[in-house]
Amino acid sequence: MASKLHFSLVSPAKELFSGEVDHVIAPGTEGEFGVLVNHAPFMTTLKNGVVRVLENDTTRMRLFVRGGFADVTPAGLTILAEEAVDLSTVDAAKVDAELEDARNKLAAEGKEGPHAATLKAQVDYLSDLKSAVVN
Amino acid sequence: MPSLKDLKNRINSVKSTRKITKAMQMVAAAKLKRAQDAAAASRPYAQRMASVVANLAGSMGEGSSGPKLLSGTGSDQTHLVVVLTSERGLAGGFNTYVVKEARRLIAELAGAGKTVKILTVGKKGREQLKREYSELFVGHLDLSEVKGNDYSEAGIGLGKEITGRFESGEFDVATLVYSQFKNVLSQVPVAQQLIPAQAPENAETIDLKGATYIYEPSQEEILETLLPRYINTQIISAMLESGAGEQAARMTAMDNATRNAGEMIDDLSMEYNRARQAQITKELIEIISGAEAL
Repeated sequence: MASKLHFSLVSPAKELFSGEVDHVIAPGTEGEFGVLVNHAPFMTTLKNGVVRVLENDTTRMRLFVRGGFADVTPAGLTILAEEAVDLSTVDAAKVDAELEDARNKLAAEGKEGPHAATLKAQVDYLSDLKSAVVN
Repeated sequence: MPSLKDLKNRINSVKSTRKITKAMQMVAAAKLKRAQDAAAASRPYAQRMASVVANLAGSMGEGSSGPKLLSGTGSDQTHLVVVLTSERGLAGGFNTYVVKEARRLIAELAGAGKTVKILTVGKKGREQLKREYSELFVGHLDLSEVKGNDYSEAGIGLGKEITGRFESGEFDVATLVYSQFKNVLSQVPVAQQLIPAQAPENAETIDLKGATYIYEPSQEEILETLLPRYINTQIISAMLESGAGEQAARMTAMDNATRNAGEMIDDLSMEYNRARQAQITKELIEIISGAEAL
């Protein structure tokens, strides 16, 4: 039996995943990439997207990350996410409501408001999350 | 000799003080639990972040200087001292110790001929430092808006302010003075250098076994996004530790106050009973001698 990849995903709020897996696919800023055991040392920034954890070619877990970093070393893969959620626990209706709320806030704020950039990022994040939940 | 009425009043007032300190102790104990949990939850992220920074900094080629946040401005003439204290008092010596450490650091830097600037976070530190160093103050951040243990917004705000000031050349070295939470009974004030960013000495670096890192997009770009976040993370975890320490210090202080109030009530009740008995005896003597005279 080939050895396994040690994978951990942490966000500032908590450690979402830590354990041995076969294969992880993550959304790098320059394109999606897969990591297997004994990958060469590799570091990249991440964009909003889905991290898939695969076990024997079946998806075991899907996590949505909001930006961050991935660091591959001989010891394993570490993902430092700005924010992350386990997609199996996400309620689509709730995301919809939050997205609507954020959009309204952005509209009220206007393009020049002091929080416009933050709100825009929030809207982008929520709409990405929504499309990830639907798929 | 205080009258019976006076003693009674004092006993009642100490009793209500004890009720208040007891309530504050219980509130602090409940908050401490939550603050400790929040601090513990943030620790894995901070540790991983530190080891990623350590890896990156370690693999920086000789000669390439890297971003200024890591390599510094090449000078260490102007220091920014960030003092992190609590918003509220009644926490024993908690804030005093942090301020004492800050004073020591400021005196040391000033003694070495450096220019010192002070930025305070939390009301108590500003109050205590303002008297001596008001001309060195460059800013203050209020933490009273922070709800629960969610310091991420305040921490990112502070991080932005500090890196912004650094980029506009206001200082060369930034040091954060805060109270580190060791356990419920001991909080240790520490001074931690924020800029130029330092990987903690105890961060685990991983042996690459001779391989070299592949970077996407590039090492510089990654460092440029990573370092401000690393600084934010350090600030946020310092805030969480300080928050937990504040509650622990308050809990201990209020526990002591409750116990002292209890002792005081015992002493006062003893005195009250003596005075009461003395009065009864006096009245009896008066009645008896009155009866004898008849």
